Amino acid sequence: MKSLPRILMFLAVILLASLFIWPMWSITLLAPQYPDGVQMHIYIDKIGGSSPGTLQNVNILNHYIGMKKIEPDSIPELKYMTPIVIFFMVTSLIAALMDRKMIYGIWAGLLLLVFCVGLYDFYLWEYDYGHNLDPNAPMKFDGASFQPPLLGRKEILNFTAISVPHIGGILAGLSLLLAIIAFWLKSKVTAK
Amino acid sequence: MFLSFNKKVFIFVVLIHIYNSNKMNKRLKLIIAFSFTVAVAIIAFHGCNSSASKAAGGVLNSDAASAVYVAPGEYDEFYGFMSGGFSGQVSVYGIPSGRLLKVIPVFSQDAEKGYGYNEETKPMLNTSFGFVPWDDAHHPELSQTSGETDGRWLFINGNNTPRIARIDLSTFETAEIIEIPNSGGNHSSPFTTENTEYVVAGTRFGVPYPQKDVAISSYEENFKGMLTYVSVGEEGEMEVAFQVLLPAFDYDLAHSGKGKSHGWTFFTSYNTEQKHDLLEVNASQNDKDFIAAINWKKAEEYLAEGTFHEVPAEYYVNRYSDRTHMATSEKRENVKVLIPEECPGLVYFLPTPKSPHGVDVDPTGEYIIGNGKLSADLTVHSFTNMLQAIEDEAFETTIEGVPVLQYDKVLGGVVTKPGLGPLHTEFDNEGNAYTTFFISSEVVKWKVGTWEVLDRVPTYYSVGHLMIPGGDSRKPDGKYMVALNKITKDRYLPTGPEMNHSAQLYDISGDKMKLILDFPTIGEPHYAQGIAAEKIVSKSKRIFPLEENEHPYRALGEKDTRVERSGNTVHVYMTTIRSHFAPDNIEGIRVGDDVYFHVTNLEQDFDVPHGFAVQGALNAELLIMPGQTETLYWKPQREGVFPFYCTDFCSALHQEMQGYIRVSPAGSNTELSWSTGEPES
Repeated sequence: MKSLPRILMFLAVILLASLFIWPMWSITLLAPQYPDGVQMHIYIDKIGGSSPGTLQNVNILNHYIGMKKIEPDSIPELKYMTPIVIFFMVTSLIAALMDRKMIYGIWAGLLLLVFCVGLYDFYLWEYDYGHNLDPNAPMKFDGASFQPPLLGRKEILNFTAISVPHIGGILAGLSLLLAIIAFWLKSKVTAK
Repeated sequence: MFLSFNKKVFIFVVLIHIYNSNKMNKRLKLIIAFSFTVAVAIIAFHGCNSSASKAAGGVLNSDAASAVYVAPGEYDEFYGFMSGGFSGQVSVYGIPSGRLLKVIPVFSQDAEKGYGYNEETKPMLNTSFGFVPWDDAHHPELSQTSGETDGRWLFINGNNTPRIARIDLSTFETAEIIEIPNSGGNHSSPFTTENTEYVVAGTRFGVPYPQKDVAISSYEENFKGMLTYVSVGEEGEMEVAFQVLLPAFDYDLAHSGKGKSHGWTFFTSYNTEQKHDLLEVNASQNDKDFIAAINWKKAEEYLAEGTFHEVPAEYYVNRYSDRTHMATSEKRENVKVLIPEECPGLVYFLPTPKSPHGVDVDPTGEYIIGNGKLSADLTVHSFTNMLQAIEDEAFETTIEGVPVLQYDKVLGGVVTKPGLGPLHTEFDNEGNAYTTFFISSEVVKWKVGTWEVLDRVPTYYSVGHLMIPGGDSRKPDGKYMVALNKITKDRYLPTGPEMNHSAQLYDISGDKMKLILDFPTIGEPHYAQGIAAEKIVSKSKRIFPLEENEHPYRALGEKDTRVERSGNTVHVYMTTIRSHFAPDNIEGIRVGDDVYFHVTNLEQDFDVPHGFAVQGALNAELLIMPGQTETLYWKPQREGVFPFYCTDFCSALHQEMQGYIRVSPAGSNTELSWSTGEPES
């Protein structure tokens, strides 16, 4: 099984590629009059949802309480993420070809760093949407925040908001795990 | 028993007055007193009797309630589509709950939905007579594939101004209406063929052919009866394919063959006497009238070889598009007419006692039930026998080129004395037939083939059609049967002189029919169709995608909204989204302008329509589905500032969804302007 770490790194490339197909994150809003829920999908390059009208529907809901309109064109991250993912896919291939413990370690470390920065950035966006409210909003709630949860579920007015990674996000997370395993396997081989 | 309650009270009062008058001698008073006592006794007896009979009607098995109970949030197992009769519409019920799901406007204007009032749907009601905003809708018929209901479309006939409508079951909206030329009273319609190759039409009233100014007494000479085949295309589009010219009998109902009899259609007729006055007597004299059997595959051959007459006939085809959200009317100029004398093998007459009403073909296609409404027995013809009789040329006579087959050669069986006044028959999937009897007010279940009566249940009252989901197709769903009654009387709380017609639901899954529900209907639900809900649910549209909107006056975003004037005509390109109109302030309109509000609903969420109403409108409101554009015409009559608002409670800020339009005097130079309040940020 000498080639296992390599195989894992090839697999990591494929898992990362899933980000081009599936969303990385989803925020679902549940309320009685939305029996199917309003499920917003965050991709690496766009914001979609369980139906083509989802983003518009979320913005309509948000405007009552003065939350900013979510406009994908004004979110620079949606432009940066594609090259970042491509970078990690290419470097994963290179790492697999080089098949060196240190390379695996650096790759995994970098990806972990990007994940952490990404999540923090996501939190900042959520904070901004949740707190930076239009003072002329039709409905005002003193001192209220409508910030969705980073991960998990939270009650916001009549909605239950659920924020969890989607398929792309889970598979991307798995690619990090594979890289760590590759690093660990390689460490054992080197140690022998 | 034969006197109404009011009459009984009247007799009371008369009796008391006579009794109290002093002009009577004692003996007479005694007689009166005796009569009075007897009368009271009789009335008391009848009172008990009628409440007893009512209780009997109301006695249900204890599990009836649970049999029709559809828990909150749960769905019915079947859709039931009922004709609205003289309402001109179609109502959609859930079966078995009897809950009203929707009323679909078809032949009549419907102010609730703006149908026939907004500019987009007005053309749907165009006919050669002009704009006809009403009709008498009789027989809904689901489209079929291989003889089975497929959930694509529902057809329904308009009787008064002969028409057939097609309803799209992905939107539950009327998609097309075609006028039937050379007809008067399109009753024997639409009754599809097995793969919806055609829907049919037939004239219930003989009319001069071609229509002209003649003496009514020249009926036999000048009047004709036309049967019509309307082809149905891949997308459902209808065209008059051909007509068959027949004697001026009254063509009453029809059903197309299935399975082995696929390729034929059977039309009942009455008034084979060809009378034109006091028909209740004059058209009830012949012992037998006819079922006209049309070989439409043969008709296709004659059409292909050119044995037809292209005759002038003015009629309209009106089609609605879900892309442009508009209807367009097209006038047609002629039809192809086949004449039986020139087309041997095209039509045969099957003698059938007596003034047959419904004609129903069993699921195998072998038996053709002629429901002779004035006959004591129920006549069943055999398709196999019919073909044999044709081959053997077993003809009684020939009428205007149509061979009349010998009755005993086509007869397949007789259900002997099943009830009084048979009208219609439907089938289950176990070889049983269910026939309605108008006069004896009951449904009788009998066995196809052995002709024995198996069960009978009363209906409340005087049943016309009945409906078993798929009951006129090759695959009936024999679980429920709905009786559609003509008389309601005391079934529900009184609502003044007019009562909605009643329907009863029976469980027919066992040997005995069981009454399980009684519910009122809209208009007069002549016929109905039922279909398993799952055949429709997944196809049902939730919104119209905005990017597919091809309406010429659409505004696909607020940036597209504007007001344009050309002469006295003003076009307002308006949008709606929760919870405002854009624009919501309009100025520069003048008295006497022709204003068109083209309102696009920008919503893309299920069940978020917006309404639009403006003061002084002489038509109705708009009710605009997500992604749709609709147009309201408005002619300002006075100077002033008039509000408009959203009529469908759309959101928490629905009440704020309003705007103003300023009307200046004719010829004023108030600048044309429009705006939407920009929220400050």
